[in-house]
Amino acid sequence: MTAIETAPGFVGTSVKRKEDASLLRGQGTFVDNLTLPATAYMFVVRSPYPRARIASVNVASARAAEGVVAAFSGADLAEDWKGGLPCAWPVTEDIKMPPHFPLATDEARYQGDGVAVVIAESRALAKDAAELVEVDYEPLPSNADVSKALDEGTPLVHSDLGTNECYVWKLETDDVQAAIAAADVVVTRRYFQPRLIPNAIEPRGVLAQVGATGEVTLWSATQIPHILRLALQLVLGIPEAKIRVIAPDVGGGFGSKLDVYAEEALAVALAKRLGRPVKWTEERAENYVATIQGRDVVHELTFAATNDGVVTAVKSVAWCAMGAYLQLVTPGIPLLGAWIYSGPYAIPNYSVMFTGVFTNTTPTDAYRGAGRPEATYVIERTMDALARELGMDPVELRRKNFVKEFPHTMASGLTIDSGDYEACLDKLLDHLDLDAIRADQAARRERGDAKQIGVGFSTYNEMCGLAPSRILGAIRYVAGGWDSATIRFQPLGSVQVVTGTSPHGQSHETTWAQIVADQLGVDVDDVEVLHGDTAVSQQGLDTYGSRSLAVGGVALYHASQKVIAKARRIVAHQLEVSEEDLEFADGTFTVRGSPDRNMTIQAAAFAAFAAHNLPDGMEPGLEETATYDPTNFSWPGGAHAAVVEVDTETGDTRLVRYVAVDDVGNPVNPQIIDGQVHGGITQGIAAALFEEGVYDEEGNLLTTTMTTYLVPSAAELPSYETDRTETAADNPLGVKGVGETGTIAAAPAVVNAVVDALSHLGVTDMQLPATPERVWKAIEEVRS
Amino acid sequence: MRRVALTANGVRHELEIEPRELLVYVLRERLGLTGTNVGCDTSSCGSCTVLVNGESVKSCTMLGVQADGMDITTIEGLAQNGELHPVQQAFHDHHALQCGYCTPGMVLAAVSLIESGEATDENAIRLGLEGNLCRCTGYHNIVEAVASAAGVTS
Repeated sequence: MTAIETAPGFVGTSVKRKEDASLLRGQGTFVDNLTLPATAYMFVVRSPYPRARIASVNVASARAAEGVVAAFSGADLAEDWKGGLPCAWPVTEDIKMPPHFPLATDEARYQGDGVAVVIAESRALAKDAAELVEVDYEPLPSNADVSKALDEGTPLVHSDLGTNECYVWKLETDDVQAAIAAADVVVTRRYFQPRLIPNAIEPRGVLAQVGATGEVTLWSATQIPHILRLALQLVLGIPEAKIRVIAPDVGGGFGSKLDVYAEEALAVALAKRLGRPVKWTEERAENYVATIQGRDVVHELTFAATNDGVVTAVKSVAWCAMGAYLQLVTPGIPLLGAWIYSGPYAIPNYSVMFTGVFTNTTPTDAYRGAGRPEATYVIERTMDALARELGMDPVELRRKNFVKEFPHTMASGLTIDSGDYEACLDKLLDHLDLDAIRADQAARRERGDAKQIGVGFSTYNEMCGLAPSRILGAIRYVAGGWDSATIRFQPLGSVQVVTGTSPHGQSHETTWAQIVADQLGVDVDDVEVLHGDTAVSQQGLDTYGSRSLAVGGVALYHASQKVIAKARRIVAHQLEVSEEDLEFADGTFTVRGSPDRNMTIQAAAFAAFAAHNLPDGMEPGLEETATYDPTNFSWPGGAHAAVVEVDTETGDTRLVRYVAVDDVGNPVNPQIIDGQVHGGITQGIAAALFEEGVYDEEGNLLTTTMTTYLVPSAAELPSYETDRTETAADNPLGVKGVGETGTIAAAPAVVNAVVDALSHLGVTDMQLPATPERVWKAIEEVRS
Repeated sequence: MRRVALTANGVRHELEIEPRELLVYVLRERLGLTGTNVGCDTSSCGSCTVLVNGESVKSCTMLGVQADGMDITTIEGLAQNGELHPVQQAFHDHHALQCGYCTPGMVLAAVSLIESGEATDENAIRLGLEGNLCRCTGYHNIVEAVASAAGVTS
């Protein structure tokens, strides 16, 4: 399908953001900025131990403290829960799903597990009183190491399960073992991708209000107001129809706010008990233990190839940390990468196996890219390893194995609708000037410079735009992947768009207006986009997995077509012509061959409102809703390169250049796409060079603040060189997701560059992240 | 409780505050200036950056009582007569904000950096904004915006 021709042409241009006016003036509506009369403040008492029996909890002293409204132990509130915090993705029939309630009662299973709450007249008084809660903990043996979790004798996270194994999931083609056995060359590498702490700069926060008839309003810093509403019924037994969830301005998510959290349920339950609004704002130190984390996966990846560099099989075996409990989609995160372990390459034999394991750590769940960065990292690192083994240029090895014709059905079974990986790589090489880099590298090696440079590549594809509902059903996700859009002409011609997606930085207010303005032939400033409030947007499946444009954006297209169709009927009726005789362009219906006989869509909207002269039986008003269920995932791809300078005396690595060429389909707003790419790349670079959530063996988090967990600043990063190629996706707008591409692609490019910089010394591997200490040790190892 | 008098965005306030109250909470909760955000508890993120007597300060590193007699500018006080400050305008033009949470602090840090004459080139801008973390933009467009407002080429 080709892109629809649209007249005014806002799509494809860098319309400046509507969102900025309030955010730049400090008028954001972030949850912590909102307070209701008589608001009380909640503080959660958390286990300092990775695992401990809770012998007793005494809240009497806290209750008696100044300004305290109430205090409860987990046991005190046990009756409030009609169900546990839900996990929506039981990936296998025999998956082990331990119960997970908002507060622990018998045993705390990770550092940060909530055991009691204090509610007071101010946040400071609540925190003061929380120190008076007496919890008698009996510390128990614990384990935080994903690679040891299944060993004999390792302490169990959930003793009653009898194992730390959560599930085993496999996807394999028939002849993969034979293909590996028959290969000229087999390369197997082991990788550990450490914990990553998402670090949205706005911590989480909630404000809950329960009205006289039990109606609930919950403001939450969430990516998923609709899913949260549903989950609250499951946890609290309050009908969804009585629950309104509002996601106001949300200060970043990156997957960490794609969840249903204890504090959301607690705030509602306590607001109901106390008859007062209850507010909770996460502190950063809490965020590091009480908000989900990402990665923590061990991989063994095998490529089999011919001597001339044709990859014939890929086999991945991975152990994935779940943490102590299953959050909303914890077990499914590896599966989001499960079909793309062949990357952008045509590899005929395929085997992927994941073992989910429990550890006494904060639960993992979606963090930007979710499953696909994990897959892409091990594929792209191993492509370089294979190139070294074969004595081939890593760029040529990649090019040789690219999928070249689309649509392409992969060995894993899914079909890539569109792409042109060679075009991305060619454009990347145009920007890069690889010959000059190699010449500089050779000269530095020749001179024996302390500072060596390296260049690393990552050519990738990914599946996003979550997701076709039937496929989600087939892989045991409990909900669908469609989204909705309502387009409503007001009587005097302005347009309201209601979307089921829920932005938190992605700029939907601007880009959705661009799409609708083009479809309807109205000005972009006449379109207002409403979102993030379940009372306004009744149905939708929210924002994650680079789905909003590829699913919700296409829903806008379909709703527009419905609006135009109804307007066409009205205009045909009033001009007394047949619908087929009307052309629609630039917002005006014109009778074919009679340009003076015309009517604007705004005039049709007023006619629909006045209802004086509508076709018989037509309902007044010009408002239509469409839901769109995609038929395929969205398939962005691209080619990235990193150039690093490594100080071989100190191990310090500086990223000198980062070049990215991505195919994200037809661009809606190039400047906003670039922004998504920049941010995504940065989180991938951070994983490569800086960020590592470290637990000791028992599960005590050692990187507890932003001073020990190194979120990079502007000073650590270069400006980026970005470009695009465009192949239209198989949807009416030709669009693909862009929110995660950079994070998926960047880490292996950077680490491959570090290895390349040191390859002449004999360094062949580098574990994540490539900190000065790790780099220095790697150099010392090969020197000694 | 201690009595302090401070000026915020040109308005003089006399307040009774607890000695332990951080300036950021005085601004947010006593004066309703919620444009100044809190992003961490370790003075790492810079979201709460304001101007104190014209210089950028992380308002979580000052007690409210230390602001006695001082002149504070928050993000709400930066636009004049409805017109965005040139740094705010540059952030808009260059798409230097996404979720907008770090933006008030980032803008005020940039204003201070430019006014002090330290925003001389891209590298100086990057070093000068080291204390302000953004998780959305990768800083690329922020650096461009600040360079543009400072009149230097990035």
